[in-house]
Amino acid sequence: MEMWFSEFHTPDVKHSIRVDRHLYSKQSDYQRIDIFETPEFGRVLTLDGNVMLTERDEFIYDEMITHVPMAVHQGIRDILVIGAGDGGVVRELTRYDRVERIDLVEMDPQVVEACRTYLPSNACRMDDRRVHIHFENALKFIRRCEASYDLIIVDSTDPFGPSEGLFTREFYGSCYNALRADGIMVNQQGSPFYAEDATAMQRSHRRIATTFPISRVYQAHIPTYAAGYWLFGFASKRYHPTDDLDAEAWKKLNLHTRYYTTRLHVGAFCLPAFLEEMLMEVED
Amino acid sequence: MNVNRTRLDQSRAPIYEALENFRKMRVVPFDVPGHKRGRGNPELTAFLGQQCVGVDVNSMKPLDNLCHPVSVIAQAEDLAADAFGAAHAFLMVGGTTSSVQSMVLSTCKRGQEIILPRNVHKSVINALVLCGAIPVYVNPEVDQRLGISLGMRREQVAKAIAEHPNAVAVLVNNPTYYGVCSDLRAIVRMAHEAGMLCLVDEAHGTHFYFGGGLPVSAMAAGADMACVSMHKSGGSLTQSSLLLTGPGINAGYVRQVINLTQTTSGSYLLMSSLDISRRNLALRGREVFHQVADMAEYARQEVNAVGGYYAFGRELLNGDSVFDFDITKLSVHTLDIGLAGIEVYDILRDEYDIQIEFGDIGNILAYLSIGDRIQEVERLVSALAEIRRRYQRDGTGLLSQEFIDPEVVTSPQEAFYAPKRSMPLVDSVGQVCSEFVTCYPPGIPILAPGERITQEILEHVQYAKEKGCSMTGPEDPELKYINVLA
Repeated sequence: MEMWFSEFHTPDVKHSIRVDRHLYSKQSDYQRIDIFETPEFGRVLTLDGNVMLTERDEFIYDEMITHVPMAVHQGIRDILVIGAGDGGVVRELTRYDRVERIDLVEMDPQVVEACRTYLPSNACRMDDRRVHIHFENALKFIRRCEASYDLIIVDSTDPFGPSEGLFTREFYGSCYNALRADGIMVNQQGSPFYAEDATAMQRSHRRIATTFPISRVYQAHIPTYAAGYWLFGFASKRYHPTDDLDAEAWKKLNLHTRYYTTRLHVGAFCLPAFLEEMLMEVED
Repeated sequence: MNVNRTRLDQSRAPIYEALENFRKMRVVPFDVPGHKRGRGNPELTAFLGQQCVGVDVNSMKPLDNLCHPVSVIAQAEDLAADAFGAAHAFLMVGGTTSSVQSMVLSTCKRGQEIILPRNVHKSVINALVLCGAIPVYVNPEVDQRLGISLGMRREQVAKAIAEHPNAVAVLVNNPTYYGVCSDLRAIVRMAHEAGMLCLVDEAHGTHFYFGGGLPVSAMAAGADMACVSMHKSGGSLTQSSLLLTGPGINAGYVRQVINLTQTTSGSYLLMSSLDISRRNLALRGREVFHQVADMAEYARQEVNAVGGYYAFGRELLNGDSVFDFDITKLSVHTLDIGLAGIEVYDILRDEYDIQIEFGDIGNILAYLSIGDRIQEVERLVSALAEIRRRYQRDGTGLLSQEFIDPEVVTSPQEAFYAPKRSMPLVDSVGQVCSEFVTCYPPGIPILAPGERITQEILEHVQYAKEKGCSMTGPEDPELKYINVLA
């Protein structure tokens, strides 16, 4: 038997993963949720047919979206996580003793439920006492917050689906308002490679750059995402992502990671020429 | 409310069904349109889609003819009449402007008087230019805080009827753009007792026919004619509309009047969109508009929770000039955050990629309808919260007055066709205007042909221009000059 999951990265590019079993499929109020068992990538979570994570490469994404800000700002205690219903981001954050509170705002309870059942290696820390899950629209949640968080992590799906509202100026402005005076916002920023993705990336970068005094982009290699090449945004009111990196302090924590290192941290902000150009185009 | 009490099978859509059959016949076209199902215009076909250009066809026997409907269009009109509780319904393809003009032209003749509020859409006054009827204006009440025109008070209508017993009709704007409704049943009764017709510009009230808890519709209130913008809240394509008539109106004569100005090449895209939308509303409208109303109420609460803004609703009801309020409308007063409505409107579009229906001097209006989802409502509310955070300022010095009571010197038709001269706007105080000056949107004329230009009006025009409103109507597009009676 031959069974394949395919995702179009563009109308002319298709990425396929051989499937062993289809474990879960449900249409929630917001999206279609599927979980597959695959020989190469382990379990794969897709939303509306787009790969969100695979057991094999999720560590890259989850480490890079969490440890980068945590290694820069030593005073992070209160964290707001948006999206991330699979639990991978929360799992990384709960490794820090200094974190006192994590508010997780996920619009779709079905995602959390499915991941608790089928992706326990991601959802394993969702019951940590510091974690508070809010099933709510993120825009609505954050409108009511002012100077409440040290870090906001925006772990959204792509900007063409139900997460569209998380790529808007009103959302970034609300994040700015919800952060303390030295707060940081990190978001998944999409891919710069294919034209449509690149345009969306530029649009959101422009919006972030006009909202925060410091706005930088960093990269990681994630095999199952479009072009295998992914970006994150680092936006901040005070801290610079590399100048203010305290590598020694982070190393003292003795956290074992498989992708993130403090040396890679610095390197991740060194971008290829075409991407620097794209970003500069929208920064003025 | 006459919802769900239809006598015909509302699951049918005769024009749509005929077009589907027609497509299967693969008829060879040696008629117009010349693009021949899109083959002759591949770029257009690529842009609009084969499905769309394939049904852009001409009148022919199996598809009926809008000028003289006898088969599928006639059936679609019967179904529409049934769904809306009217004696007859006309499918209109020239926008609700053409519905309004046909309504006025089929009821008023040259020299006859028609009673109407001055804050009508300019299509009404355009119709008066065409037919030569004389307007008798009932000045709508103005809400001083919000700076918006309200409905007509019963007493004012009664007074106008008493003073002009020979008037042939009373025209009501119901609801206004902002959602304000007059006491329509009472006005219909007064008009009928005086032997006058009651005409309703119901451009913003399609959903009244399909909602629980919404204001009374024109046909249910006993009005004689009503113009319904199906393309606004009803979901049909832009420019499609319905003209409804009650039992006392001669439908054959109305058809003749419509044919005076209507195209003889009625678009099947527009007609099928009316047919399919009517079916949808008849089958699912009640449920859908219930959701729209809930969403608008939620948005109102959230906007009011932001602070500074005032999203108004049913608390405005006063039993007379605000007899009822359309809760699906999301109108927000912005002056208290120090920004004119038009400024908020511009910031929403330029910085937040959110296009709302309009902004005027003191308010914005977001149009909620059958296509909206809660996630977009959240975006709008958050953007308003952000605009307040970033731009809030002291609001003193901002004007709120939207409506200026005009002095009518001659009839619109007389003024429009009279000898005229062009002069600088700034020097025109005291002159009689011979053209329209309309702030768009909402499309309500500040000056209509035959009205006296005053200092107050000039100041209003100047202020609205400075705030970014677009002025339409005058020959001089920049409105530095204005045409006045010679």
